[in-house]
Amino acid sequence: MQQRSIPGTRQESPPASADSIPVVPLRHPVRVAIAVILILVAFSAAWDVAVNERYRWDVVVSFLFAPQILAGAGLTVLLTVVSMTVGIALGTVLAIMRLSANPILSTISRGYIWFFRGTPLLVQLIFWYNIAALYPVIAFGLPFGGPSLVLGSANVLISPLAAALLGLSLNEAAYMAEIIRGGIGSVDKGQYDASRALGMNGGQLMRRVILPQAMRVVLPPTGNQVISMLKGTALVSVLAISDLLYSAQIIYATNYQTIPLLIVASLWYLLMTTILSFFQTKLERRYGRGFDASPRRTRQPKTHPKTRTA
Amino acid sequence: MSTAMVEAEGVRKSFGSTEILKGIDLRVERGSVTCLIGPSGSGKTTFLRCINHLEKVDAGRLYVDEQLVGYTERNGRLYEMKERQTARSRLTAGMVFQRFNLFPHMTVLENIVEAPVHVLGRPRSEVTAEAQALLDRVGLGNRGHSYPQELSGGQQQRIAIARALAMKPKLMLFDEPTSALDPELVGEVLDVMKSLAEAGMTMVVVTHELGFARQVSDQVVFMDQGVVVESGAPADVLGSPQHERTQAFLSKVL
Repeated sequence: MQQRSIPGTRQESPPASADSIPVVPLRHPVRVAIAVILILVAFSAAWDVAVNERYRWDVVVSFLFAPQILAGAGLTVLLTVVSMTVGIALGTVLAIMRLSANPILSTISRGYIWFFRGTPLLVQLIFWYNIAALYPVIAFGLPFGGPSLVLGSANVLISPLAAALLGLSLNEAAYMAEIIRGGIGSVDKGQYDASRALGMNGGQLMRRVILPQAMRVVLPPTGNQVISMLKGTALVSVLAISDLLYSAQIIYATNYQTIPLLIVASLWYLLMTTILSFFQTKLERRYGRGFDASPRRTRQPKTHPKTRTA
Repeated sequence: MSTAMVEAEGVRKSFGSTEILKGIDLRVERGSVTCLIGPSGSGKTTFLRCINHLEKVDAGRLYVDEQLVGYTERNGRLYEMKERQTARSRLTAGMVFQRFNLFPHMTVLENIVEAPVHVLGRPRSEVTAEAQALLDRVGLGNRGHSYPQELSGGQQQRIAIARALAMKPKLMLFDEPTSALDPELVGEVLDVMKSLAEAGMTMVVVTHELGFARQVSDQVVFMDQGVVVESGAPADVLGSPQHERTQAFLSKVL
């Protein structure tokens, strides 16, 4: 990172030339006092947690890398990755439909978003889990009793995992659609004119010009979505899927070490969200190129003395 | 066979119930420079956008390079063009906008190379070499790897001109290219446009720069309230305007 002065905090001391008047920086005694107190409080709290035997840190450590926990964490990652991927892809389609001049497409998209945002995720998950009650057999075919291709029994096809993936992905798509729609709306209208004047068709315009610029606005809320998805997957434990939380629950159901195992699960969730935040920052920087207020050293390392300002 | 690059016959355009163009007749000869002048709201920009299919013509005929804009004529009927056809016929003209509209997420070179590579499907290496030559031509040969936001308005507009030229258009449209610029940056953009005119490019320029109109253009068209009030050689229209509305406008801006 470059060193950058943040407004309102201490500036780097100005270059002291021989004839300049000496500058005494402003002191902040109250700020220092508060900082000292807070640091003391934090240390004593941490110390307390460390020495309190009822936390059973020995149990935490012994289960931290237990195979069941690792498998659960893996499944949580899988659920998150698949649901977010499908959610973002479907959400993009829904956002473009919503903004389409075709009233049928935009109404369908609107209806979808209304339904999937308007009902609780937990209800949707249980609904997909019980879909066999409504549709015992799944088949593709023509409506009104035309010929159809029977795929199989819903009970077999919609396993708990499939129900979880369906529920999470379809729900996520509704939220992502609104986020992406906002991002698309944030792009300057002149960009459409310029792209069209250069002969681009609608698809090229979206892929090459509008969506890459929308990314800048879409990324921060999407990062939020990924992180809440990661934790939201814990909901699938109601479908008896052994994700991270459910694996921890199974273990403490037999050894009664509830708190230590919840700590184990929390540590893994924290680790995963930390990794995600790291990638979010990287992506934001990638798509922020060309937009930052201060010209960044981009790809040209040479001969631009002017770009070093700020 | 007509020789005109742009030929308008009774072109009309409305937005909702407001009629912006009320029957425009205009001819732009190949290799000539036409300046559209007039008060704001007179329909100059709308007409320019019609030439490039950015607005649909409601009535009348508009031919660009002998092709009817926006419609195909078959068996005495006009069929609205499909999007792909429209996109293809836009390639005749290059357009430069008041607010530059460079792609902010691409470097200068990427901006220029984008459409030749992805719309025309030409090889990137070949196009990049041409783009570099165009950058040299507009005097910005060393800024290829900058992002638009790092450049001044005048530089951005020169890049926008280079970007339009990279598509090798037969006609260049300029929509108030210097109106968003600081006064001291206007000259550099007008210089590029002048050299383009000298090279024989057909140009239609919506502008408030009457000095440029007088010096460079072959034809000045004064528009007001959706009609062409007066057109002709710059010396006539700007020097001894016949129409009252032209006189009133010129007395205000001069």
